[in-house]
Amino acid sequence: MSAVALQMVCVAGLLGLAVMAIALSRSQTATAVIYGATLALSAIALTGALRSLLGGSTDATTLTLPVGLPWLGAHFRLDALASFFLIVVNLGGASASLYGLGYGHHDPAPHRVLPFFPAFLAGMNLVVLADDAFSYLLCWEFMSLASWALVMAHHREPGNAKAGYVYLVMASFGTLALLLAFGLLAGPAGDYGFTAIRAAQHAPYSATLVLILMLLGAGSKAGLVPLHVWLPLAHPAAPSHVSALMSGVMTKVAIYGFIRVMFDLLGQPTWPASAVVLFLGSITAVMGILYAMMEKDLKRLLAYSTIENIGIVFVSLGLAMAFQANGMKLAAALAFTAALLHVLNHSFFKSLLFFGAGAVLTATGERDMDKLGGLIHRMPFTSFAVLVGCVAISALPPFNGFVSEWLIFQAVLQSPELTQWALKIMVPAVGAMLALAAALAAACFVKAYGVTFLGRARGPAAKTAGEVDRFSLTAMFILAALCLLAGILPGLAIDALAPVATQIVGSRMPAQASQPWLSIVPIAESRSSYNGLLVMVFIAATASLAVYFIHRFASRALRRGPAWGCGFSDATPAAQYSGVSFAQPIRRVFGTLVFHARDHVTMPPPGDIRPARLRIELHDLVWSGMYAPIADAVGFLSTRLNHLQFLTIRRYLSLVFATLVTLLLVLAIWS
Amino acid sequence: MQMQSLAFDVSHTLAGGLVLISLMMLYQDRLYSLLNVFALHALVLSLSVAWQAFIQDAPHLYVTAFIALVFKAIIIPVALHRIVKQLGIHRDIESAVGIGPTMLAGMGLVALSLVLMLRVTSDADPLAREDLAFALSVVLLGLLVMVTRRNAVSQVVGFMSLENGLVLAATGAKGMPLVVEISVAFSILIAFIVIGIFLFRIRERFDSVDVSALDDFRGERR
Repeated sequence: MSAVALQMVCVAGLLGLAVMAIALSRSQTATAVIYGATLALSAIALTGALRSLLGGSTDATTLTLPVGLPWLGAHFRLDALASFFLIVVNLGGASASLYGLGYGHHDPAPHRVLPFFPAFLAGMNLVVLADDAFSYLLCWEFMSLASWALVMAHHREPGNAKAGYVYLVMASFGTLALLLAFGLLAGPAGDYGFTAIRAAQHAPYSATLVLILMLLGAGSKAGLVPLHVWLPLAHPAAPSHVSALMSGVMTKVAIYGFIRVMFDLLGQPTWPASAVVLFLGSITAVMGILYAMMEKDLKRLLAYSTIENIGIVFVSLGLAMAFQANGMKLAAALAFTAALLHVLNHSFFKSLLFFGAGAVLTATGERDMDKLGGLIHRMPFTSFAVLVGCVAISALPPFNGFVSEWLIFQAVLQSPELTQWALKIMVPAVGAMLALAAALAAACFVKAYGVTFLGRARGPAAKTAGEVDRFSLTAMFILAALCLLAGILPGLAIDALAPVATQIVGSRMPAQASQPWLSIVPIAESRSSYNGLLVMVFIAATASLAVYFIHRFASRALRRGPAWGCGFSDATPAAQYSGVSFAQPIRRVFGTLVFHARDHVTMPPPGDIRPARLRIELHDLVWSGMYAPIADAVGFLSTRLNHLQFLTIRRYLSLVFATLVTLLLVLAIWS
Repeated sequence: MQMQSLAFDVSHTLAGGLVLISLMMLYQDRLYSLLNVFALHALVLSLSVAWQAFIQDAPHLYVTAFIALVFKAIIIPVALHRIVKQLGIHRDIESAVGIGPTMLAGMGLVALSLVLMLRVTSDADPLAREDLAFALSVVLLGLLVMVTRRNAVSQVVGFMSLENGLVLAATGAKGMPLVVEISVAFSILIAFIVIGIFLFRIRERFDSVDVSALDDFRGERR
């Protein structure tokens, strides 16, 4: 059986499972059966994808099914790029299934989740495998609808219905943009196979339009600012393991679509296109993390952080486009590999963090960080896994987040060799934005971890929480181990990505396996190198030395005394540093510009014993400046057109007739 | 060559006759006369189809011609006559738009379809070209009848004449399989039955087959 056929069998199995789940879903064992089966199928698909990526065979395998458009059929193809994204999809799918084995038991309405979960996985696999525009769009829409159903799984909870509505509108809009993009790519001849599109020459104006449409279509799914508004609504609304899939994997499928079209199908990119991508990516990175900083809902914070990471990936892709437009093969391979590595890493730690948020949600029923706190005592294992995720996403060595962001900065440092002055000036600025985003991300996750897990419990739910089940913990610990592994052995990952870079940008990074001590050297040893293993050994050694010295030489006398409470000896837990207070300095600096933030203090007059109140006013300028006017315009037009629904039959006939005659007239005049 | 020219002339005449009769329908203000003109329309159509069968040497078209003759020229007009009599609306004069503007619009439509069809089919067989141009005129005129009438019965007639235009187009092109024509004929028959039943239902409810009664019932503007 060829590699692509194996993947298709897994997809067929997932689809069959979705149908089976409808019949099974009311029974007691359904959760275990369905998640167990998705785990097995994802694991098989993951193995197949790993084999085809690491097996060294560079030629793609194809498969044509006699479904879809009658004269076209449905084409599927497994090449290096698709293999890589299949690994991301199925690794996420497998870990989410494992997590679901435990988490699914707490689901109040499993019959709303179980049928759509395998269907969603199948949809994502199919998008990556599709090899013609029709199948691609069909699978894309299938994926969107399945995830929409999952977002609406708990539709009675407040806000979820709105989230589903906004998501549906944005997904349809994105698909429309993709449809137009593929229409332009296929050209007037209308050959929708990717092979034909790849071979065709594309006029510059159509390439520009395709870039804009792809940024709208794939960008809205990935969460590029300003098309991100649905993401922080929809991702947290789904059950946590589905949130992990949507944030960690579905956004990557959107990136896959962008890479497939912009790098593979469209041919040589131009430098203005790369400037657009760089600009949007850096704005997305900074805006996403600023939004996350202001958030106090744990899952929404994670969703906003996804936006930031998507921005980082797009910056890296923009760099790859810029280098490729200038014929700098090695730098392009570096930037492209960094983008892919960040895609992989983000899927690790974002899934891990969403699992952690799900565990907190199961244990306490609470998503608001300012009602949690002190969970490290109640849930030590979850806390440890989430800590690993937080460190990794904050890009601290020796974890994986550092490696990919370091590689991206290495690519930024190649910018002086670009020929266009605009890019020469722009790329360092983008690098500065990235650095800002990385620093803010660290602050954001210090806040998320500190407020949720450290300190004292702020509410009864956090006080009585207990550790979660073993399946969830296993899933989290596997991902945490992967974060560490990818952080200390990045050379292996970079070498594994070489076939993808060769396929897409035509060159690869230098082989890292031959480097001594598992170092990675992106360009040349004289310029820069990094060794995750050494860094980890150093950190471990210094930390244990410090502990040793402290315990050895410090006084061992244990003294217990009352903590100094600044005069308020019995402060309530609510008086602790909260998420909002943690974010206050950053809100002061950026908030007035980005959110039009205002602090209002209501001070009671002297002698009044009412407490003073601090009210914070934040505005989402993207929503009020862009979406609200569009919604108003649509509402206005629909009110205006409403009377068309109440015409007489003869009027309707006349309208049809007039349209027909007008169209014929147009044809008669212009043909 | 002689035969070719004769074949062309005759089919041209018949198709042109069909357009002429469609125009005649536009100014009939009594239902009986409208039905008679429609029967004539169907008769000319069946002649035209039979002639196509003869010159294309396609015996199955005779079946189509026969169907057109029996159903459209005889059964449907007779049945509609009976309906009109039962409903007692044979004295009604009805048309939403005056005859003058309707005729002008009809002529405009014929001109439009000729200009359009002759231009876009410049490299087709001349016989099929003319046929298609006339067929499009008949379709558009049928729509015009439907739009300008208020009475449900005359809207049915407009619909049937529109369908005649489709049959004309289908038989003018060589190689149209019989299945298509038969299915078209049957769908029209079923539509006729459904509309006939519907007419009586409207009548039962509103004591009129003027569709404006429906609009009043729906509480809508006109």
